Amino acid sequence: MLSLLVQTGRFSLRVVHGMGGMFLFLLSALFLAFRRPAKIGLILYHIKTIGVDSLSVVFLSGFFTGMVMGFQGYYSLRQFNAESWLGSATALGLLRELGPVLAAFMVTGRTGSAMAAELGTMRATEQIDALDSMAIDPIKYLVSPRIMASLIAMPLLTAIFDVVGIYGAYLVGVGLLGVSSGSYFSGMESSVVFRDVYSGFIKSVSFGLIITWVCCYKGFHAPPMATGVSRATTESVVLSFILILVWDYFLTSVML
Amino acid sequence: MIRVVDLHKKFGRQEVLKGVHLELATGKVTTIVGTSGCGKTVLLKHLNALLRPDRGSVLIDGTDITKLAKEELYEMRGRFGVLFQGAALLDSMTVLDNVAFPLREKTEMSESEIRKKVEERLEQVGLEGMGYKYPAELSGGMRKRAGLARALIMDPEIVLFDEPTNGLDPVLATGIHQLITRTQKTFGFTAVVVSHSIPQVFEISDYVAILANGIIEEFKSTKEFQVSQNPVVQQFIRGETEGPIQAL
Repeated sequence: MLSLLVQTGRFSLRVVHGMGGMFLFLLSALFLAFRRPAKIGLILYHIKTIGVDSLSVVFLSGFFTGMVMGFQGYYSLRQFNAESWLGSATALGLLRELGPVLAAFMVTGRTGSAMAAELGTMRATEQIDALDSMAIDPIKYLVSPRIMASLIAMPLLTAIFDVVGIYGAYLVGVGLLGVSSGSYFSGMESSVVFRDVYSGFIKSVSFGLIITWVCCYKGFHAPPMATGVSRATTESVVLSFILILVWDYFLTSVML
Repeated sequence: MIRVVDLHKKFGRQEVLKGVHLELATGKVTTIVGTSGCGKTVLLKHLNALLRPDRGSVLIDGTDITKLAKEELYEMRGRFGVLFQGAALLDSMTVLDNVAFPLREKTEMSESEIRKKVEERLEQVGLEGMGYKYPAELSGGMRKRAGLARALIMDPEIVLFDEPTNGLDPVLATGIHQLITRTQKTFGFTAVVVSHSIPQVFEISDYVAILANGIIEEFKSTKEFQVSQNPVVQQFIRGETEGPIQAL
């Protein structure tokens, strides 16, 4: 009985310690991001790795998500003779929910895992220690630019996902199933308001922060061995997915 | 002058350093020897506060670096150069960019001045014309030399060498030892070398300390160390499994 209590206590302490460490890591990275000298070159480089390099996967996933929404939306709406609302249903679903969440999942898989693996390898090969020994803050050099880049790249990727998804649904709904092109876009125009776009934007920015925060933290603190790096990579992806969904629920309940 | 006073460090339940005392002479080469896993690298990483002790202090010219705030510590680290065990070159950069990196980050030097200084250092470590290569394209010995060039680029007063010849063949190891001696004589820095390459390290060291069982068991000039009757030293030099050092 006593040992069970001790184990529970140890586990709780470890969880609290881990959470505290993660929050301090984030605060430190955000604080250092605004301290001079600004790492503009590094931010631009990471916008390329997070944003430009994820374009193809975001484009493809957005397009097929839109096409599936086109089919599913059409068959659901047809039961109420409301096929003409396909455009607005697709746009609202993508802008408010699916665009930010699925784009964040794609970026986590494509870039977040790579971030964790890269930083974990740098830890294992003492490159992070080397930065520290040269009096270069590794959080400012490695983490802050990635966070700033993700805050810029993530909403742009989400916007691309949304637009491509809308045209994917258009291709299916208008091109294959015979929905009128005019009603597809006019329904969208009449039902989508700025708040829908804005809530998607807020979600995408916060998801970008979650991805880089979690993946950088896990990589940065990976045990310095091959299994440590692989475990950090897996944990970073799983934890990012969970936090994205949990945060999505809170944001949706607040902004709906 | 570097003074290590009563240094203790634990990892979990394993107590690696159990009260290390050491005084390292300025401008000299001091080598810390000991068996693999005895805590030599842990001790070395305390000298520039890459690790913080559980107890004890590390004094650099009287300043206890274990108690410095981050900004002060980073200022202090400007006096250090470190050659890591695997050289720890940033693998996303070429050799030239690696060596130039501290200059670009920490000084206001122009790009032409940086390039000139980097090429000078690369030449001093025998890597002239290799600046365009990436670390993955270099042999182990070349990586160590590139790491040494980076460690020396800021003209440090103190250079820490963590197993500089680990994983190298005897010929390359001798080359690296000669390079350490030559650069130390040229720049006059205080060198702290961590190694278990006996007897090769005797050729480059002014002083030798042996770390065993969590403490410095013996610290003497190289000549005195070689003839020391301390059973720990004798066991280590002869490579015997029986003795006061627990081999396995």
